[in-house]
Amino acid sequence: MPQQLRVYVTPAIVLRQRKLGDADKILTLYTATFGKVDAVVKGVRKTKSRMAGHVEPLTQANFQLAKGKTLDIVTQVETIEPFQALRGDLERMSRALYACELLDKFTETHEPNFELYRLLLDTLSRLATRDHFEVAVRFYEMALLDAMGYRPELEECVTCRKRLTAITNYWTAAGGGVVCASCRTDETAVRPISANAVKLLRLLLHGRFSDAARVTIDAGLNAELERALLEYVRWVLERDVRSTAFIDTLRKRRPSRARTMAAAGDAPA
Amino acid sequence: MPEQLGAAPAPVAKLIDAFHKLPGIGPKSAQRLTYHMLRIPPEEALALAQAIIELKEKTVLCSVCQNVTESDPCNICRDDARDRAVICVVEEPLDILAVERTRGFHGLYHVLHGVISPMDGVGPEDLKVNELLTRLRGGSVTEVIMATNPNLEGEATSMYISRLLTPMGIRVTRLARGLPMGSDLEYADEVTLSRALENRQDV
Repeated sequence: MPQQLRVYVTPAIVLRQRKLGDADKILTLYTATFGKVDAVVKGVRKTKSRMAGHVEPLTQANFQLAKGKTLDIVTQVETIEPFQALRGDLERMSRALYACELLDKFTETHEPNFELYRLLLDTLSRLATRDHFEVAVRFYEMALLDAMGYRPELEECVTCRKRLTAITNYWTAAGGGVVCASCRTDETAVRPISANAVKLLRLLLHGRFSDAARVTIDAGLNAELERALLEYVRWVLERDVRSTAFIDTLRKRRPSRARTMAAAGDAPA
Repeated sequence: MPEQLGAAPAPVAKLIDAFHKLPGIGPKSAQRLTYHMLRIPPEEALALAQAIIELKEKTVLCSVCQNVTESDPCNICRDDARDRAVICVVEEPLDILAVERTRGFHGLYHVLHGVISPMDGVGPEDLKVNELLTRLRGGSVTEVIMATNPNLEGEATSMYISRLLTPMGIRVTRLARGLPMGSDLEYADEVTLSRALENRQDV
């Protein structure tokens, strides 16, 4: 039983850090074997700390952790993948932090789930390496919703249960999917969703990433998917996702670049 | 508030509460500090209270560099001997003291009062970034040195500011990253070590 071990070793991704006392930090890790874990790193804010460089957010590392009374303590750590490409580019970094924030908010501590670990790792790699990465974020949002039991209804109307036709329908976060024009009400804040967007959502849900990455997604379509998925994520979490504000700031500051990035889709290189 | 049996008197409880709000002070430390204040001579306690009042009344943020100061503009901004073409951007006022201790920098400073931290909802609009832009519009500054901490948030902040300043024709530099004095190579992380290699120097 892993719970009875005093020291355990696991690969993990650093989701976030917060300061503790004068020189320590609390890390939120997503481990491969134990799910989400909070752990203290001692003395990490001193210049000579041997661990500081290995515990930055967006780092995949091998951790040795000791069971503590309330929080586990990091005793050794060695980087596996520092994801430098995410650190050198604000656009990529902001999306990667968003991915980490979502996993942090969707999960409870000590619930092992290797699939989620793998999903985040794959997403960070895609964000670090692909020229056009918006589709990687959309794929991640959909996969995370699905894995957490919030698969949206994309085949039939959530109210009348009739099969959806390929016309403009409506998206309802509260209803958990798509509602047809005749069932649509004003109360549940439903917004129109194009037939193309619904098709892509289906591909994101059922297809592999490589399938979704082959589709050319223009800026308008990406914005439509992003709005729909984020609205649903917020509704499920019942709270705001903070890191989206920074993504918006970046877009406002550099509208031309953000547009071309989203516009070109995520065609394979 | 009526005094309950076994509860601290209202003035004591009030001070415990006030101490508890300070960073790093838990409930037990707050109690200990409060009972310590009860034991010390009145003039010592009053001196502490006075010091806190003066801190709030007699300090302002320098209208130029945003550092905490008694006189506006601050001593560094008023000093004619300093190089006005170079600005060193730091996160907190304490960082100025650290850079000053090196005695290797003679330009001016700019304090951001924080760092971009997307996951905590802290964006550029919460920092003194606009004040920096206004300052630079004068046109006499040729170089901005980003001295934010070498971590994810510090990097994000310096990249974001560099994105705003480079179109203005200002040279934006970043403190070098390398190995700290007295450290061990075998424990160095890849990021630090690869930067140290990139920026290696002739001996």
